[in-house]
Amino acid sequence: MVLVAEPKQVVAPGELLAEGDHLLGDNAYKIGTQIYSACIGILEIDGNRVFVVPLKGGYFPRAGDLVGGRIVDIGLSGWSVDIRAPYEAMLPASETPGPRGPRRRDLSSSFEVGDMVLAEVLDFDRTRDPLLTAKGPGLGKVSTGRVVEISAAKIPRLIGRKGSMISMLKQETRCQITVGQNGVVLVWGKSPEDERVAVEAIYMVEREAHTRGLTDRIREMISKSRIVEQVAGTQTA
Amino acid sequence: MNKLPEPRQPEKLIDEKGLRIDGRRLDQLRPLKLEVGLLDKADGSAYIEQGKNKILVAVYGPREAHPKHIAMPERAVIRCRYHMAPFSVDERKSPAPSRREMELSKVIRESLEPVVLTDLYPRTTIDVFIEVLQSDGGSRCAGITAASLALADAGIPMKELVAACAVGKIQGKMALDLSDAEDKYGDADLPVALVPNMGLVTLLQMDGNLTTAEFEQGLSMAMEACKTIHTMQRETLKKKYATIKDTVEEREEPEIVA
Amino acid sequence: MSATPQLPPVAKLEQKTVVDLVTKGKRIDERGLESYRPIQIQVGLIEKANGSAQVFLGKSKVLAGIKVEIGEPFPDTPEEGVLTVNAELVPLASPSFEMGPPSEAAIELSRVVDRGIRESKAIDLKSLVIQKGKKVQVVYVDVYVLDHDGNLIDAASMAALAALANSKVAKMEVKGDEVIEKGGHHQLPLNNHPVAVTFAKIDKTIVVDPSLEEEQVMSARLTVTIDKNGHLCAMQKGGLYGFTPDELKKAVHLAVVKAAENRAKILAAAKG
Repeated sequence: MVLVAEPKQVVAPGELLAEGDHLLGDNAYKIGTQIYSACIGILEIDGNRVFVVPLKGGYFPRAGDLVGGRIVDIGLSGWSVDIRAPYEAMLPASETPGPRGPRRRDLSSSFEVGDMVLAEVLDFDRTRDPLLTAKGPGLGKVSTGRVVEISAAKIPRLIGRKGSMISMLKQETRCQITVGQNGVVLVWGKSPEDERVAVEAIYMVEREAHTRGLTDRIREMISKSRIVEQVAGTQTA
Repeated sequence: MNKLPEPRQPEKLIDEKGLRIDGRRLDQLRPLKLEVGLLDKADGSAYIEQGKNKILVAVYGPREAHPKHIAMPERAVIRCRYHMAPFSVDERKSPAPSRREMELSKVIRESLEPVVLTDLYPRTTIDVFIEVLQSDGGSRCAGITAASLALADAGIPMKELVAACAVGKIQGKMALDLSDAEDKYGDADLPVALVPNMGLVTLLQMDGNLTTAEFEQGLSMAMEACKTIHTMQRETLKKKYATIKDTVEEREEPEIVA
Repeated sequence: MSATPQLPPVAKLEQKTVVDLVTKGKRIDERGLESYRPIQIQVGLIEKANGSAQVFLGKSKVLAGIKVEIGEPFPDTPEEGVLTVNAELVPLASPSFEMGPPSEAAIELSRVVDRGIRESKAIDLKSLVIQKGKKVQVVYVDVYVLDHDGNLIDAASMAALAALANSKVAKMEVKGDEVIEKGGHHQLPLNNHPVAVTFAKIDKTIVVDPSLEEEQVMSARLTVTIDKNGHLCAMQKGGLYGFTPDELKKAVHLAVVKAAENRAKILAAAKG
């Protein structure tokens, strides 16, 4: 196996990655024994498997994903949900908490168009739109807090290795933060100020996802905002 | 400083020293500038300046097909719109689409179809919008060069970037990257788009008068130029996304906070 | 025929955030209620045009190009040149812009920008006459929206004015039956500098220069175009709701101030 491009470096579509006997992973394709990149991303090698982690691109639904979605339409048996993917998702009435059967006549009593809902992707394949469920702990309508939408490709960085980045953010901003795999992030803080700082930090991760020392810079930014807040507080007191 | 239209026919397209009206040699490209990711709302975008050509491209998608009946069950539909701004040419052009713009929209789409991995997104559309802000010959090729970058910038999986360049015949000699005046008063125009790693020509048109030998010479010149342009495309794209120092994190299971 | 537009589903939670903040006198992007987003203006980018200007208003981006050509006057105004303003909301600029003939939003944008220039007599149409009743100069103002993040009217108005201020026109003369270039050129004479200022009503608060998020939440919109003497030359109310007379008066006074600020920026950029 001959690696032509350097792992952990940026590769462009059509760039030759490796030659020989490899397993083909995501976002790479083969011509003969040559493996090429299919997108702009970072080359990763896992044993014998060559794949590219995209730096750009929308969200592609996968079963088991937690997603934040917006109700865009009410149908006969459920809701159409915009989950920021190339496909609109379906949330059937049977997959929401609450009374089942003939008593549930009016779907608009549970969710309205425009509502934000936290859901899990139940199923998705080429022949049908993604299927969601809102049954389960923590799932359902979201009525409070702030919504932040970032690129789905940056979500792994927002979570961090073993959750390190997201834990730090929650601790430093004193906010509850729920991260959807589709780039929708929900923030609840004790005060609008705390929420604002958390939102700023999340955008900062998106902007600077692939730079060194990001965790420290964010921590610094948060504590600086804290000082400003304290000063403003004492001035108005 | 704004220049005013110069509609008069130049006396000579090639002078005694073998230089063209703008001082270029026969095998020389016009100055080229590429930029990626400059629009906020588009999923992907790119901008190209080639000579006096100034072209902006935006890509949206893959997105749900609207209206639904245009969707295909097995693959994404690519939609392409080549459009010129009224002030982009010497004589103001009506903003309504012309037959020329419709033809160019088609051949440009067909130059990109072979590389986009449309199978991955059935029942969606991938929309490519090419706006020519200033035109000076070779705009369809410049548009393709920028459109490839915009598709990559949108994160749409593709086999390779497509690079394009035109050659032509002026005063009996094959010349690279004709300007508008050279195209108007020259003998032939041959735009070419190339997928370099596959050696595949995905756009080829010609008008004028060429012998088979001239065609072969021209094609060879164009393909070399396409490879040069392709190197620039790749550099532009990688530079935009470089400075990767931290490792990319693995997908983690997110916590659900009630 | 105009129908209530099918708006993309309003995101309730985000809407609530914008409204809550505005009620407390704050905005999502930390601006003051009366502040514009950062404005950047560049002129002369399109050499084939007589004049051109690009405006970045926050993340909104608009390009205007001016073409001056020889044409015939309208039959009822034989001693006047022609001014025509056209704005395009090209699909490149936003996922919500579709291909096809101009939408009512595009037409409204064209006409509001036109009104500002025409009613303020920014261009002396009589000065565009070459041969009375036969040959006049036609000034085409083409406004291209390249990126839609709200308040396209103000961005378009600034771009059009900067492009006009940047325009050079060939000197023409009549020789027998023909109009030919005399040689040399001069600045397009501009007698006024109309600037549009747009407000959005969000709940009971009025904000200046709405961003796209704010436009999606606003109940009504007001554009006030002010000329260089602080006079009104155009106004346009939009949206499904309305304004009280007090709100209107307050807005007009604020518009005079804001227009002056932006006018200075535009004229400074046009000199460059």
